[in-house]
Amino acid sequence: MSVVFALYSFAVYAFSDVQRKNKPSDEVTAGWKTWQEKNCQSCHQLYGLGGYMGPDLTNTASDKGKEYMRSFIRYGTGKMPNFHLNEQEVNELLAFLSWVDKSGRSKVADSLVHWTGSYRISKR
Amino acid sequence: MSRSHKIFIGFALALLLTTLFFGMIASFAFLYPEVYNKYLPFYQLRPMHVSAALFWIITGATAGILHFKKDVFQAKETTSEKVFIYLWIATVVSIFIFYAFKKFGGREYWEFPPFLGIPILIAWLSLMFGYFQAWTKRTKNPPLYVWQWSTGIVFFLITFLEQNLYQIPWFRQSFLTEITIQWKSNGAMVGAWNQMIYGTALFIMTRILGDESVAISKRAFAFYFIGLTNLMLNWGHHIYNLPATSFIRHTAYAVSMTEWIIFIAICMDFRSKLSEARKFKHLIAHRFMMYAEFWVYLNLFLALLMSIPAINRYTHGTHITVAHAMGATIGINTMILLGSLGYILKVDELHESNRKMILKGLSIAKISLLVFWLALVVAGLLKGYRDVALGMTNFQEMMQPVITSLKVFSFAGISLFAGIAIICWNYFIALKKYHTPPQNILIDSAALKLVKKQKLEQVIEQI
Repeated sequence: MSVVFALYSFAVYAFSDVQRKNKPSDEVTAGWKTWQEKNCQSCHQLYGLGGYMGPDLTNTASDKGKEYMRSFIRYGTGKMPNFHLNEQEVNELLAFLSWVDKSGRSKVADSLVHWTGSYRISKR
Repeated sequence: MSRSHKIFIGFALALLLTTLFFGMIASFAFLYPEVYNKYLPFYQLRPMHVSAALFWIITGATAGILHFKKDVFQAKETTSEKVFIYLWIATVVSIFIFYAFKKFGGREYWEFPPFLGIPILIAWLSLMFGYFQAWTKRTKNPPLYVWQWSTGIVFFLITFLEQNLYQIPWFRQSFLTEITIQWKSNGAMVGAWNQMIYGTALFIMTRILGDESVAISKRAFAFYFIGLTNLMLNWGHHIYNLPATSFIRHTAYAVSMTEWIIFIAICMDFRSKLSEARKFKHLIAHRFMMYAEFWVYLNLFLALLMSIPAINRYTHGTHITVAHAMGATIGINTMILLGSLGYILKVDELHESNRKMILKGLSIAKISLLVFWLALVVAGLLKGYRDVALGMTNFQEMMQPVITSLKVFSFAGISLFAGIAIICWNYFIALKKYHTPPQNILIDSAALKLVKKQKLEQVIEQI
């Protein structure tokens, strides 16, 4: 059992994303750090994982646009607090969310559901 | 029981109360963020609730293992155990101080700054050292609960280390890889603490029934292997929608379906469990265990449905996931742990009025938890339907009818807190009144008399 687990873990580490095309820039890495330090995942989700208070942000960059997100991040709303981020931090956060957006779609389309009940999600 | 064990049990109960308290406040902060945002925003309350819950479960589970270990391995308390207890307490308290200053690490479950993982790791290694040192003294053929405790302890370490792999830049080169590993470790870690808790439940049942055979039967070991396989491979249901390699999804789906065997077995055992429940109705620990069985049944059914990707498509990212998490952590884990701590603290020997209060607290918690859970399921169904079936894109519009269910959930949370608080209050009384077994008292008092006599003789001699 231990051997199976070790081999499977290795396979997951090495092959979960075989393409690895979309490497993060320094700006993305800085935005990722801000995402974590401000604990954004406690209210928002990425790929449906995280909090339930705000919307899933996986594909907001392509669905609603960067400028739409910028106003929310910059000033907050009645429900979302204003984190008083400076322009650079906002840009980094937007770069991170755009990077996540490029990794794939959060919602699984009807056509991808196989008769066995599983999905057929192929390459991005 | 040593002083450090008493402190550790008291700390575990305090964490349980903290979990429910912050959970209750956070649920209202979710409903009325405008009111809370200025002083106690949701993004600060949620980590306090989540971390308290996580540490309550692990602290409660290890408190049981440390106590029962003495009986099973005939081992005394070691220094490494003390190191674990005090370092663990100090780190958990520090984590809450960091949260109070809004210092976060921003990872699901582990929302504290990552360097605080170092003392947690040291504490855990100390626990492992003491535990496995004691295990070597045990002769052959250990019962199943020993395997379960050991599996839980080892896999906690593995998953904890895995959770921190993201510190190595290579793992952050792909968002899909990073998130896959994060949920691999989170999912398997739940399996790890479940092993520790189910081991304790099995140990207590063998003691209550006075029958060790249930812990050495082939059937029990077969179920253990199903559980272990699921711990290792079924975590993929957290990330079905991730466009990562398909083998993770297919493996998780196939392995998850083996849990139907456990579900069917529980259904078949229903009658015998019912008569057992009637027989041991007078024992508080047994009542908690039986109530946890009910939640295993309910939660396993929900989990099995959620493990089918085509259904998961509707439930993922909705409050049904929260219902599953709450059903597992409160309905199963907390109930078993309260049964375990009640057994350790001998709550059945408390005054009748205290016993009645505990049972009243349990009744309140039972009803509240069911309402609480159903409200979450309804909230999840509404969101899933509006999001996936109706394809709504406006988040506020989508959430509008969900809020009503969440109001029911929040009010049920208040009575759940009240019910568990009543139980904890009486457990604290039991902890205060707890005395070591009579033979130890006799030995201790005899030793004390001897020392006094010797001292008196010395004084007389000096005079």
